This record gives sequence, structure tokens and C-alpha cells, in this order.
Amino acid sequence: MLSYIDKIKEISKRLLKEGQVDMVIGFRKGTLPMMNEPHFARSPEAVEHFVWDSNCGINLCNYLTSRTEKIGILAKGCDSRNIVTHIIENKIKRDQIVIIGVPCKGMIDRRKISAMFAGEIGEVIEDDNTITVKGKGFEKTIDKKDVLQQNCALCIHRNPVIHDEMVADAIEEQTDVDRYTDVREIEALSPQEKATYFEKLLEPCIRCYACRNACPLCYCPTCFTDESRPQWVGKGQDLTDVSTFHFLRAYHCAGRCTDCGACERSCPVGINMRVFTKKLEKDCLELFGWEAGLDPDVRPPLDTYKPGDPDDFIK
Amino acid sequence: MEHMGIEPDRLQFSWVSSAESTKFVKVVTEVTQAIKELGPNQNLVKTMPEVA
Repeated sequence: MLSYIDKIKEISKRLLKEGQVDMVIGFRKGTLPMMNEPHFARSPEAVEHFVWDSNCGINLCNYLTSRTEKIGILAKGCDSRNIVTHIIENKIKRDQIVIIGVPCKGMIDRRKISAMFAGEIGEVIEDDNTITVKGKGFEKTIDKKDVLQQNCALCIHRNPVIHDEMVADAIEEQTDVDRYTDVREIEALSPQEKATYFEKLLEPCIRCYACRNACPLCYCPTCFTDESRPQWVGKGQDLTDVSTFHFLRAYHCAGRCTDCGACERSCPVGINMRVFTKKLEKDCLELFGWEAGLDPDVRPPLDTYKPGDPDDFIK
Repeated sequence: MEHMGIEPDRLQFSWVSSAESTKFVKVVTEVTQAIKELGPNQNLVKTMPEVA
């Protein structure tokens, strides 16, 4: 994946020079290790700041919403599916964007790595399969596949589903992964156990809404949690309000979520709120045979009616 | 809703036409019966903070 960068720079420079796009959205090095940040290159010179490694987990599609200029955007598999969703939902026009596809071998989970070391991590160097972590008094090389984000380890759409340019040949997709083990575990619990499980899961939530802000699907001008007239959900730390926020946010992503992991990645207290969206994703797949963001010409299941839609719940 | 920890019988859906009075009575009886068996809902209940 590291070798992509030359090609990324080359394509971005060409697009900017030829005036095909007004800016290219990519990543640059962040101020902390394992924290790359989005970079908006508006000139060929600014392209030099671009980087590409295993810390580019942020979903760049988030920056496309309702833009009017012509944009080049780097897109991993999940990003490209969110771009498709954006096109379906009329948040960006297809002819307005140049999608630079990046086949993705998974992003690393900085929390997993931080948890392995007691001290502060000063430097993280990676090559194709290993990550070397350096800090005061320690240095260790770990296997990259052991520290992947969970959603990346279970990813079945690593290659971009739409693209105008590709930085490398498509890579092999994973086929032997069972995506929904964790969801099934929760499904097997009794109602009371489920309630307790989610209560425990959401207890640390501080209602910072980072998950909402990082999510490319959450683009409402006024979010339901921010509205005060009417106030749909309480704004305090009451566990009922916290759960309501998370349940509702997940529902808004039904049939749209691509499990890019941006929400979990952005959470400052490390809540895995993907258990909610994944359940909806699983239901969509089982009930409607639908996976979000694969084709800009197919309307999503919540948008269409078919006589065969499942209705067993209606007595 | 079930996934959130609400018991399966607590939320029920039915399709009753305005001409189906007997079905309506039947559904209402069954729903009340099912809910009574479950007892009051314990989950996702918001309690007002105690103010001095």
C-alpha cells in the first residue's frame, strides 16, 4: 500500500494541472503518530503533502456533501461505496467528481496498538506487512494483520466499486470471512441481557457526537439531537437519552451504512457503536439482499416497494 | 426494537380495516393480554432527576 503514494501524487498533479478538478482530497501526516488527517490540495505544489499508509481510515466522502466545485477524491473500497450513496442521495453529482480508486488492504486500529504499550508512542513505521512501534524505552515490530480495525479485517469490498483512475491493480477480495459473528452473539441474548449489554456498552458515552460528525451519512443540516423545538431526545447524560441517540443514529443509517468504521475510529472513549449499524446491515442483507453503495443506478430498499417485501411482523 | 432489548411481544403491528370490527377486538384483546403478561416495561425508562 505504501507504494501507492507516487501514483497518487502523479494522478493528483495531473488532474490539478489540467484543470479537471479544483481540489483533490487526500491525507497528510497528522501531528501524532497513527493520526493522518484529511488534506485538501488545491494546487500541484500542495500535492506534495499527501501520504498514504495504514492510518488513512477517515472516510473522505464526508467532505463531499453538497460541494459545488469539481473535486478529485481518493477512495478506498468503503469510501467509494459512500460516494455511491452520496450520488444516489443527490449530495454530489457524478460528473463533478473524479474518483481516484485506492485498493485497500485494511487500516490499523491505533487503540489496539496503544493498548499494547505502557508508554507514549513516539514513532510508528510500517512496511507492507509489519508495523514497528517506537517509544521511550521500547521498540517492537508487530504483524499488521493482528492490529487491523475490526471492520477492515472483515471487509469484503476492498477495491473501489466506482473509479475514474486507479493507483494500482485491484487486489484480491476476502471471501472466507464471517462478517456477523458479533451480531449473532447479541441476537442470541435475552431481551434483558441485551438491555444490560447496551447499557454497559454506552455507559462511557460523553455525547460528543464525534461519531455523527465523522460519518459520511450524517449530513442533515440540523441533526435530530441538536434540535430543541421540538426536542426529540434529551441532551444530558441520562442513559435512556444516550441509548436513544445511538439507536436513532443507527436507524438513520439503515440500508446506507457501509461499515467504514469512521464512527468507531473517531470515538474518544472507544465505544464500538458499529454493533448497531452492523445489525441493520445484516438485516438489510438478509431481508432485502442489499449491500449499500454498490451501484449508483439502483434505488435502496427503504426507497422502493416490492410486493415480495417481508411483512411477517404484521399480524 | 427487539435488538435494543425490548421484548418481542411489547411492540406489535397489525393491519385492520375499518370494516373489520371483530378483528380489531381480537387484536386489542391479544395485545393487552400479551402486554399484561410481560408486566410494566423496565428498559429505556427515563427517570426525572431529583430536585431538592
